[in-house]
Amino acid sequence: MHLITCPWCGTRDQAEFTYRGDATLTRPDPASANAPEAFFEFSYQRTNPMGWHSEWWHHTGGCRQWVKVVRNTLTHEIAATGAAHDVLKVPAR
Amino acid sequence: MTQPYRLAQGGRIDRNQTLSFQFDGRTYQGHRGDTLASALLANGVRLVGRSFKYHRPRGIFTAGPEEPNALVELRTGARREPNSRATVVELFDGLETASQNRWPSLAFDLSAINGLFSRFLPAGFYYKTFMWPPAFWEKVYEPMIRRMAGLGHAAREPDPDAYEHTHAHCDVLVVGSGAAGLAAARAAGDTGARVMLLEQDFEIGGGLLLDPRHDGWRNETIAALAAMPEVRILPRTTAFGYYDHNVLGAIERVSDHLPVPPAHGVRQRYWVVRARQVVLATGAIERLIAFPGNDRPGVMLATAAETYVRRYGVVPGRNAVLFTNNDAAYATVYALRDAGSAVPAIIDVRATSLAADAARGAGFTVWTGAEVIGVTGTHALRGVQVRWRQDGRITSVPADLLCVSGGLNPSVNLASMTRAPLTWSADLATFVPGTPIQAERSAGAARGVYGIAKAARDGTTAGTAAAQASGHSRSAEFTLPDDDAAAISPIQAVWEVKAKGKSFVDLQNDTTADDMRLAHREGYSHVEHAKRYTTHGMATDQGKTGGLVGSAVLAQARGEPIETVGVPTFRPYVTPVAIGVLAGREVGQHYKSKRRTAMHDWHERAGAVFLETGLWLRPLYYTKTNETGWDPILREARAVRRSGGICDVSTLGKIDVQGRDAATFLDRLYINTFSTLPVGRARYGVMLREDGMVFDDGTTSRLGEHHFLMTTTTANAAAVLEHMEYHAQVTWPGLDVQFCSVSDQWAQIAVAGPNARKTLVTCVEGLDLGNEAFPFMAVADARIAGCPVRVFRVSYSGELAYEVATPAGYGERVWSALLEAGKAFDIIPYGLEAMGVMRVEKGHVAGPELTGQTTARDLGLERLMKKKGDFIGRVNATRPGLLAADRATLVGIQAVDASFERRLRGGAHIVTRRESKQSLGWVASVTRSVDLERWIGLALVRGGPERIGQRMFATSPLHNEVVEVEITSPHHVDPENRRVRT
Repeated sequence: MHLITCPWCGTRDQAEFTYRGDATLTRPDPASANAPEAFFEFSYQRTNPMGWHSEWWHHTGGCRQWVKVVRNTLTHEIAATGAAHDVLKVPAR
Repeated sequence: MTQPYRLAQGGRIDRNQTLSFQFDGRTYQGHRGDTLASALLANGVRLVGRSFKYHRPRGIFTAGPEEPNALVELRTGARREPNSRATVVELFDGLETASQNRWPSLAFDLSAINGLFSRFLPAGFYYKTFMWPPAFWEKVYEPMIRRMAGLGHAAREPDPDAYEHTHAHCDVLVVGSGAAGLAAARAAGDTGARVMLLEQDFEIGGGLLLDPRHDGWRNETIAALAAMPEVRILPRTTAFGYYDHNVLGAIERVSDHLPVPPAHGVRQRYWVVRARQVVLATGAIERLIAFPGNDRPGVMLATAAETYVRRYGVVPGRNAVLFTNNDAAYATVYALRDAGSAVPAIIDVRATSLAADAARGAGFTVWTGAEVIGVTGTHALRGVQVRWRQDGRITSVPADLLCVSGGLNPSVNLASMTRAPLTWSADLATFVPGTPIQAERSAGAARGVYGIAKAARDGTTAGTAAAQASGHSRSAEFTLPDDDAAAISPIQAVWEVKAKGKSFVDLQNDTTADDMRLAHREGYSHVEHAKRYTTHGMATDQGKTGGLVGSAVLAQARGEPIETVGVPTFRPYVTPVAIGVLAGREVGQHYKSKRRTAMHDWHERAGAVFLETGLWLRPLYYTKTNETGWDPILREARAVRRSGGICDVSTLGKIDVQGRDAATFLDRLYINTFSTLPVGRARYGVMLREDGMVFDDGTTSRLGEHHFLMTTTTANAAAVLEHMEYHAQVTWPGLDVQFCSVSDQWAQIAVAGPNARKTLVTCVEGLDLGNEAFPFMAVADARIAGCPVRVFRVSYSGELAYEVATPAGYGERVWSALLEAGKAFDIIPYGLEAMGVMRVEKGHVAGPELTGQTTARDLGLERLMKKKGDFIGRVNATRPGLLAADRATLVGIQAVDASFERRLRGGAHIVTRRESKQSLGWVASVTRSVDLERWIGLALVRGGPERIGQRMFATSPLHNEVVEVEITSPHHVDPENRRVRT
């Protein structure tokens, strides 16, 4: 049962959040020349990292903001949380 | 009435309170303070169960939650609970219990013949023996194995008891209330920290309960804790799991010690405790030694025998032998002698030991350097066979009780669940918790610090450190128990005595030392594989008494040290948990909440039959007397097509979208364009997922230059909102757009049928509803019965239709006003089914077509796709596979037979010949058509549009049905869309 610090609401229980996934992806430019390949990658290709990972958690039961969470997939530690466009430091290992 | 093995005095039971209970139909007596196990032993009941695989007779082996043998059924009827460990069942007056896994009776069990065939039933036998023929598995082998090997029987009736969940927070959570736990709680409590102390037993005290000399300190400490307002003590509460971020789960057995829970009370309570710091003072559990016959009734762990004497005033045997490899176990023989039992021999595997010397000095016979190689007696122990390790000399000694101690294993389950490593201690011959990872520390016997005084000191240190780490550093002073422990000799690790016969490493699963070696020979050498191959360490006791012994035997077979082999991963639950308490209040009506529309009460009064769609209750149809089957559905649909009807469509998702970039945002969300939509008009829109599949559809109205109202399907309302939030916040944070759900704020009513306008004209104020002034897809504000309404000229039924939205509180008033206004035209309320009839007739797609695997092109909606500009799913929708010519696309199907005789079915396959097995596609939605008076449907068929006009077959081999159909346009009714524009 994670404790996640929402940048707007403060520290809250995991039960208030919905998990989405990888927060390191950026939606490609649909007008670019390689858009088909880029969108295929964006839509389907995922790494499955062991260790630190940036993820989207939606504060569904709270302020309904998408929170960026730097979480360790092995130990479930949370190193940082922030708003969608915050640049968060990801620990080395 | 007598309890022949009960001592006249001593122990913590209350001899003034005599309790009656039943075991296998016979009535016995015990006392308040007994467990079922201690009461059975007091009555001389030795044989309490049959083993899982070989049906060997078994007796009580332990005095705690680690019990592998004494599993019984408690209570009867709806409260019957199988696989209950007799050693932790608190006795109450009238308790009914029964043994398990025996037929026809406990003493004469026919399946015990399995024991004779045991060489055909080795580890993994069910993977080998019952393989062929495959068809036999389900019909023959599995039922047979279940009958033979089943444990107890669960109740057949619904659980009559209530359970609840509670969440708690504290600074310091202490698990276990022995010397270490009590001292830790006291030390932490004295600092002012919020402390919770959990104890699985009904009495606080753990090992302190075995010696009345500790009563003073125990009582004083409990009183001090009780006086602290920030300290909460929970007896009968087992911490069963340690989860991420310092959350522990615990079960409080609130009423299990009562015949039935008190009125309005709960049986058990599920605690979710989030603690800043945790002290694990969970104690240690004695382990067995594997030797032939180590499972016979009368063989018991040494600490258990001591506990029965000291705590319960029961002698588990009159002629007791001790088999040990350590000094601590000697306490048992002193307890037994004090209780009047003879102790003909102490068998110590070690050549010498301080405890052996002391025992000889106290008049005991001690055979050092010796080991037990077998026992005699089947249903009760008669004797013990002993072999000297040096010269192999053998002797035997009569005994009715054999106390066994292979040393202590700290209860590291919870510590290990935090992912903290376990460390091998050669001195203690066991694993102890390594460096913590979460905010926890182990104390006392749980980390191998044995002895009351030492454990209390260790607990004090842990409690103080935990309080400090949680921000409480006020210093505390209190006394600790006296240290009277004598010096001890080290333990000598002995796991198995090799001799002829079955030596069990797991009593509950009938796993022998030979089974572990077999697992290794057959390649299951990893401890996790060996566990699964042999079932060692599984089931209710999770290998608490023999787990490490099995690992040691495996290590020997592998020729590696035990610390390399390790033990299987510890997982929740530490001890079994009733499934009812996990559900808590979330049962029956509470399992999921219900959403009711503003007009729900009216629907109920009108005899509506409801359908649960998601959480919503929606009227399916309104029944009249003498109507059966499709009657009300067809009646309602015909009434709408002929004159008119109104339908509650409040469950549609509604999202209010505002902002200067609202139009741009919607353009990117939908495949079609909303920025060109005039104010006061609505437009049908389709949105895709990024993978190019259709996500949702609905109409969106422009209420102002920067103000839109979207509708979504009922099912996707929440998902669409989340999708929008993601893209507004993450993908296009620069857009000035705000939105929120207004689904619950508005009641919405469809008014459909040729007389829809006439009906509205009768009741609507402040709006010209003429066809020119208010054309198809117009939107405007007005009033009905004095209530503010929004009128949308949209149609789902394919008729001339409107939707009227009003703030939810006015819903029923507006609904009634509409019905009143339509009285002259005989309009009626219609439900979801009639709506479904008409939408299939009209060819509107819905859930069965929006499967998440259909594209806009598949559904004939490609023409909506804008040519320019970005939208979600645009790029992926153009992948070659999604544009392939042979994709199944939407068509209509109509039964050739113009009657309702032969039904169509959703899920049927479309084939060209009656007997063909070559599917061209599938039927998505079907209905009886009131317009065409036959079965019709919507289907997804390869090359769909080119096949229009062809005769094919809808085949459902599951139902053995084949129906001849004609492929048609999906628009069965009014394909030119004239009616909606009339």
